[in-house]
Amino acid sequence: MHIPDGLLSTPVWATTDLLAIAALVGITRRSQQTFNEKTIPLTGIMCAFIFAAQMINFPVMAGTSGHLLGGVLAAVFLGPWVGGLVLSLVLIVQCFLFQDGGLYALGANILNMAVVGVGVGYIVFKIGTSLFSDKAGFFFSVSVASWVSVVAAAAVCSVELGLSGTYPLGWTLAAMLPIHALIGIGEALISTLIVSSVLGLRPDLLPYFPQRVTT
Amino acid sequence: MKKSEILIGLGIALLVAVVLSPIASPWPDGLESVADQKGFSSKIEEKPVVPAIMPDYKMPGIRSGKWSTAVSGFAGTLLLYFGGYGLAKLLQAKKASSPSEPKQI
Repeated sequence: MHIPDGLLSTPVWATTDLLAIAALVGITRRSQQTFNEKTIPLTGIMCAFIFAAQMINFPVMAGTSGHLLGGVLAAVFLGPWVGGLVLSLVLIVQCFLFQDGGLYALGANILNMAVVGVGVGYIVFKIGTSLFSDKAGFFFSVSVASWVSVVAAAAVCSVELGLSGTYPLGWTLAAMLPIHALIGIGEALISTLIVSSVLGLRPDLLPYFPQRVTT
Repeated sequence: MKKSEILIGLGIALLVAVVLSPIASPWPDGLESVADQKGFSSKIEEKPVVPAIMPDYKMPGIRSGKWSTAVSGFAGTLLLYFGGYGLAKLLQAKKASSPSEPKQI
């Protein structure tokens, strides 16, 4: 859901650019406190993997595809701050090197996927793991949070398009949400599959997994 | 993380970019599809503000579309690994040298 240039009005892209800069300052400051010898290489791998996975569009219905966003995936391994940083870096590289997402719209894209996608997804994930503290509950939380993160990002994207006068807000939401509810299923499947694979090999890389359950 | 583990992680990402990207669905994504259906895709500005090196995930100079995508995916994945690693390293170094956080050891 990388917004290209031309779809957002000047007030909307200018506001979202400013909001994204403010968010990036906060995200960078908070991330700084968390890096250590284990998470530094993992941050590199997460950036590389999310970039690669975002190239893989999977069909969701006739004529429409979607791809992993990876916000919850990154947050489950690296926490919400570094997760937001990872997504932002991927979006910035995609914009400048691959022309994926507009330059004026970069702030909106960061806001939708790196701030709302990661933030809302992380909150849902934390609520889930506090309610269900076993292994099944952990996977359930990853799945639901992944799905919600995509739908939430699509909702904010629709609001930006609506406020820009590109298309009426109600109709944009009505079109965007069902499609992204389907894409979210793919997001949930891929994220949960990766988390469960790593859990079998290196459970210590998943800081939110209740470690006492592993034995 | 051990060096071998880092290489495995990066290797998986590179494999996804090189092997899977050429067979990814060519259909428009959720937003593009809505833009097409609702008739506002004509508003999309095709001409970029700053020309990208690999527009639309195509490496310039490679004629085959699938190879072009695979090579640009390889380059982007490698770049993001070093970008992410470098940024994390830089931020950690800044934290270590900053005296404003006495509570952190």
